Amino acid sequence: MASIDDSAPVPLDAEEMRRLRTAKLERIGKWAFPIAIMCAAIVAWDRIVVWNAIPHYILPRPQDVLQALIDDRVLLFSSLMTTLRITGLSLLLAVVGGVGLAVLFAQSKWVEMSFFPFAIVLQVTPIVAIFPLINIYVDNQMTKLLLCAWIVAFFPILSNTTLGLNSVDRNLRDLFRLNGATRWQELRYLRLPAAMPYFLGGLKIAGGLALIGAVVAEFVAGSAGQSSGLASRIIEAGYRLRTARLFAALILISLTGIVIFLVLSWISHMVLRRWHESAMKQER
Amino acid sequence: MRAVGKRFSNGVTALERVDLTLREGDFLSLLGPSGCGKSTALRIVAGLSSPTTGLLDWRGPPLARTDIGFVFQEPTLMPWANVFDNVWLPLRLKGVSRKDATPAVSEMLERVHLTGFEDAVPRELSGGMKMRVSIARGLVTKPRVLLMDEPFAALDEITRFTLNADLLELWQDEQFTVIFVTHSVFESVFLSNRIVVMAARPGRVFGEVAVDAPYPRDEAFRTSPEYAALCRKTSDVLAGAMTAPALTKAGAFDGVH
Repeated sequence: MASIDDSAPVPLDAEEMRRLRTAKLERIGKWAFPIAIMCAAIVAWDRIVVWNAIPHYILPRPQDVLQALIDDRVLLFSSLMTTLRITGLSLLLAVVGGVGLAVLFAQSKWVEMSFFPFAIVLQVTPIVAIFPLINIYVDNQMTKLLLCAWIVAFFPILSNTTLGLNSVDRNLRDLFRLNGATRWQELRYLRLPAAMPYFLGGLKIAGGLALIGAVVAEFVAGSAGQSSGLASRIIEAGYRLRTARLFAALILISLTGIVIFLVLSWISHMVLRRWHESAMKQER
Repeated sequence: MRAVGKRFSNGVTALERVDLTLREGDFLSLLGPSGCGKSTALRIVAGLSSPTTGLLDWRGPPLARTDIGFVFQEPTLMPWANVFDNVWLPLRLKGVSRKDATPAVSEMLERVHLTGFEDAVPRELSGGMKMRVSIARGLVTKPRVLLMDEPFAALDEITRFTLNADLLELWQDEQFTVIFVTHSVFESVFLSNRIVVMAARPGRVFGEVAVDAPYPRDEAFRTSPEYAALCRKTSDVLAGAMTAPALTKAGAFDGVH
């Protein structure tokens, strides 16, 4: 190899400079571009309404929506809380149910093969189609919504955790056998930690689905009355042509979904950051 | 402790009538081409699979679970657990608490020169360090037999040499018995006092080379004429094993790797 014995700092060549510039641009652009596009879209929305003189009950201006968000904040906030409660509770139950069933499935191939089809049937049948049945069998409104959201949310957790519990390094399993590990020890020290990345992946999907489940369930149940989540605010605003409020509720649902996703991603990152490839920043 | 007359033929005859005698304190290498059943033999000794025919016959004090340590080809560490927890594992599975296990784990880590790395997770370690953790885990229960399945095959030569020397030192200090599976003539001659050469298809014992060079062996041994002669002798036996007529009916080619 040729040696360079020039001790002066070597100036960066054109290629490295270009790479540096691109990296800097990407860092800023990652945030700037989406925000700029979002602002442009809002301005365009406003202009379209003004130039075409669209009445506010068909399409409100952005500031009308903001106004509705502020004016109806008490109403919307309590509805948001209701939706959040159902989402959170059903997600929790989905975690308990999904992981519990996955652990059960992991005990024996036969159990898994026998019962997995049921889980798939529940998953592939549209929740809207199942709801009338739930409506017949369940009285309590809250329970109905919970059940709906749970059915939608538990499957990704179940299938991912099952996959994770079954994808343990064969040699590690041998090692546990060699050391006379009990079933419980193998589950506790080997299979559950190994399934963690898979479970967290499922959880991220399930978080969004739980929200969708909660909203859809309320939509379907909405006509039955006394529910008060964001979905019923949307239905009600639609009937009364309070389009701005409808938009405000819609925005709240989107924001909730985004926050749920971010929180779950953050949890996943914190749990896996020490050891799992998915949580690593590009190094070396 | 003697393991006498294991005879087995496993499935598609991975092993055919293998007789192997292991004496206490042996450093025995199983050398042979890929597919000669070295690893299978090791797994049977470990009790990870059972022989189809024949039997394992232990003379001497009966072997408990913790009397066997196993080191795999890959480090096979739990990626989510730190070095300490990985080495603690065999003791933990026996119900030894973290506090009670600490002296043994610390001592083992010191023996493999990893003191200070207790809190590192495997991905923060180099390949050689991971293998050290794996060896420490294999030895933390003070086993009487250490089974090693091509443990250094994936490492670079410099790391391999260092680990060879460290392993020999541990073996001399702790007085355990080793069965070392390898496909490297040079490694087996450097490490062992006995080399059992195996032939493939079906896996069987082809011959044995006694390596009577005295211990301790250091880097100078690697360049000694004695070492060269032993390597030549072992290579000849291995070459014989490679060209030995296959006993199989199926398959036109004998895989020579």
